[in-house]
Amino acid sequence: MIVPIGHILAVSGAMFLMGLACILGRRNLIMILIGAEIMLNAVGLALAGGSALWQNVDGQVFVIFLMAMTSAEVSISLAMVVYLRKRKGTVDADAFDGMQG
Amino acid sequence: MASLLFYILSATALVATGLCITRRNPVHAVIYLVNAFFALALLFYLLGAPLVAAWEVIIYAGAIMVLFMFIIMMLELAPTQQVGGPGWHQWGPVVALSVVLVVCTLLLIAADSGGAAGVPRYFASPRVFGYALFKQYALAVEIVSFQLLFAAVGAFYVGKTEWGSRPRKEQP
Repeated sequence: MIVPIGHILAVSGAMFLMGLACILGRRNLIMILIGAEIMLNAVGLALAGGSALWQNVDGQVFVIFLMAMTSAEVSISLAMVVYLRKRKGTVDADAFDGMQG
Repeated sequence: MASLLFYILSATALVATGLCITRRNPVHAVIYLVNAFFALALLFYLLGAPLVAAWEVIIYAGAIMVLFMFIIMMLELAPTQQVGGPGWHQWGPVVALSVVLVVCTLLLIAADSGGAAGVPRYFASPRVFGYALFKQYALAVEIVSFQLLFAAVGAFYVGKTEWGSRPRKEQP
């Protein structure tokens, strides 16, 4: 290990919190998706750090599965963004409140 | 050397992410996110995952960010009325981050003498990695392939429009 695992987890956690703040704070649908990307990459960094800690490839394999999952998520959600934009003419998340009960 | 590079690259990734989530223009946010992903790819390499680093650049910084950029430009979400293009206060941070990343990459190449010494710095060579992926996790790979197929079908269904008609637009 080149650095202690705590430092890797600190970087990963800081990046995860930035992504969470982006999701919670922004109102643009594109920025919300970018926040989700940041969070998933932070998780990937934590997995790679664990893989380096235990000298085991399992963590890296899970990073690859994370990337495949992200590809699926991005394709679906960007198609949804295009559909919602066609439907209401905006990408503001506050405009899509039709299910508020 | 490697630990110093780790801290420099971590700071670069965090700064790029922080600039990304505070931009108003989505195109600028995507550019900063590409910088953050390059820094993360170098971090993956430092942590002994060269194949994951390569796929981070190819899939995230290459494919997914281009998809984001394509959607932003197709839906005309970025403000375009700025005359004269972006100024130095917008070019400066991204150029500085890119220079840091390039210098770190060159330092990494110069410091990595593993190929010559016969012992690579990383433990998970692509051969070991591929063996674990397709032997131990073969079922999971199949499930992921199904997931990608479902995602393709779902994206096609969501994006499908009837010939010569538009989706119903709600009255505000």
